[in-house]
Amino acid sequence: MADDVKKMKPIWFFVGLVLTFMGGVILISGIYDLLARVEYKTVLARLHPAIWWGGLMVAAGLIFVLANRNATVD
Amino acid sequence: MQAIGLHFVDWFIILFYFAFILGMGFYLKRYTKNEEDFFLAGRRNSAWVAGIAFLSANLGALELLGMTGNTYKYGMYVAHFYWIGAIPAMLFLGIFMMPFYYSSRIKSVPGYLKLRFDEKTRVLNGISFAVMTLLVSGINLYAMALVLHTFVGWNWDISIWASAITVAAYVTLSGLMSAIFTEIIQFFLIWFGLFLVSVLGIVEIGSVGEIMRRVPEAFSKLWSTSADPTANGMMITWGGIVLGLGFVLSFGYWTTDFLVVQRAFSAKNLRSARMTPIIASFFKMAVPFIVIIAGLIALVLAKDSNSGFALMSDGGKLNYDSALPMLIARYFPRGLVGLGITALLAGFMAGQAGNISAFNTVWTYDIYQSVINKKASPKHLLRMGRAATIVGIVLSVATAYWAKSMPTIMDYMQAIFSWVNAPLFATMLLGMFVKWITPNGAFWGLIAGMGSSFTMYLAVKFEWIQAGILTLSGKMGASDMAANFWRAWWAWLICFGVTVAVSLFTKKKPEAELVGLVKGLTPETVGAHVPWFKQPAFVAALALIVLVLLNVYFW
Repeated sequence: MADDVKKMKPIWFFVGLVLTFMGGVILISGIYDLLARVEYKTVLARLHPAIWWGGLMVAAGLIFVLANRNATVD
Repeated sequence: MQAIGLHFVDWFIILFYFAFILGMGFYLKRYTKNEEDFFLAGRRNSAWVAGIAFLSANLGALELLGMTGNTYKYGMYVAHFYWIGAIPAMLFLGIFMMPFYYSSRIKSVPGYLKLRFDEKTRVLNGISFAVMTLLVSGINLYAMALVLHTFVGWNWDISIWASAITVAAYVTLSGLMSAIFTEIIQFFLIWFGLFLVSVLGIVEIGSVGEIMRRVPEAFSKLWSTSADPTANGMMITWGGIVLGLGFVLSFGYWTTDFLVVQRAFSAKNLRSARMTPIIASFFKMAVPFIVIIAGLIALVLAKDSNSGFALMSDGGKLNYDSALPMLIARYFPRGLVGLGITALLAGFMAGQAGNISAFNTVWTYDIYQSVINKKASPKHLLRMGRAATIVGIVLSVATAYWAKSMPTIMDYMQAIFSWVNAPLFATMLLGMFVKWITPNGAFWGLIAGMGSSFTMYLAVKFEWIQAGILTLSGKMGASDMAANFWRAWWAWLICFGVTVAVSLFTKKKPEAELVGLVKGLTPETVGAHVPWFKQPAFVAALALIVLVLLNVYFW
């Protein structure tokens, strides 16, 4: 039981996983829409928010994952 | 007519979230070995984990939608809920009250009442708190189903049951640890999912300054219109804001509501427990940059006939809660829509999980163990906690369907806090800082406080008296919000007065039984090995400075 407790990953690692995955899906969706010239009816669509916001999420997520990849909680 | 359509990519993100949090429940189960793991997450969380969970337990999607809509309706005054209506209380909890809570190793707020006063006071508070959490959990479920049905077109029953079953699964598996993990993920999803609305709105309109220039002047003021209730949309004076919201309701909630305080109990040591609400206070002060900015953006766009933006309306009546969903529909392409909906879902479900984890703890220790089965073993209590989770969820679903049948259930949620939390704060304040307050004084004071609050509520609702009498505004009348604030103040005052009066004539507990529970009988703790800039008092002072600067800037 003591070994199990030491091996628990910190919450920040899982935060990183969620941000990386969701950000990646949004980023890929945004790039696809740009290349396929999908027309959006949303305001400010020309700024392609899915690309830069998805990219920001992936970057933040990777920071959390990499910073905690070897971390465990006692 | 639904505001937001969902694409396959959006569904993929939403379903990923459900799968992820269920997976977290299974992952954390292997670390949930005993009742302290289940009810208090093993008391091993850092101040940052406990602090963000502390804030997120309070930061529900209902609040985000409601406060954005309220900003559209009332303007900057809504910021009072996040600034004076939260920060002083959070700092007070960390600096002055946490030593008593944490050092006594209690498992719940009613547990403190048992040690400081007696069993009957504990059970009274335990029962009222348990009923409150079930009602609030059900109202959260109802509100979630309403939002998803209105804005996304989801079926009522599927929304309620899918959410309830998911929350039941992960809280039953891993208790408070699951609830805390999902609250922290919710925190990041809310910022990443909803802050973008404010960013894009600022880009479209031009700047924050331009937004403030285009809203009515009274909407951009925080205090300067509070001398006269007719000068502001909330119809409230600064007295009601400071006494009712800033003091009684705020302190009553943040210092005694076990839903948030439980997160601080999960901290690994006293210093981390004290830092929990202090760290949370900085993030709390930042929430208006999602809610207030978004609400003002919605107002500016709605007033511009060229923008094409409008709130949803129902039979000619504006639906203010639609402000945030309509902005999501305006700015977010597919993928980001899924993220925005997931952020709202995460907020609703984390709120439900928080209420249920608080309920199962209070039921297990303050009602079941203290009244029904005093000799229950730790293993038995763990099983009871899991069973209480399932039963609590089922009762929440029942409450959600009951709420669906009532037209004004949202008013009840605010009223519930004034019935329970406001008088309890008087009891806790006196209990922690005045040695001679007696068990009978506390018990009868709490009865008087809760009873008077409920009576005042009924008196205004059934027009036995005018609301203006409670709010001291006479024939000018008062808004429901002003009546809530003032009722909380009077209930607090009545509880305080009765507690002191009864204590003067009833038997005190011996001082030896109060060590560690009352100021003056508790050894002062000093963080000897912590540098001055990491001391709770210093960080709290920084938070106070930021609070003052914000209030002065938006005066």
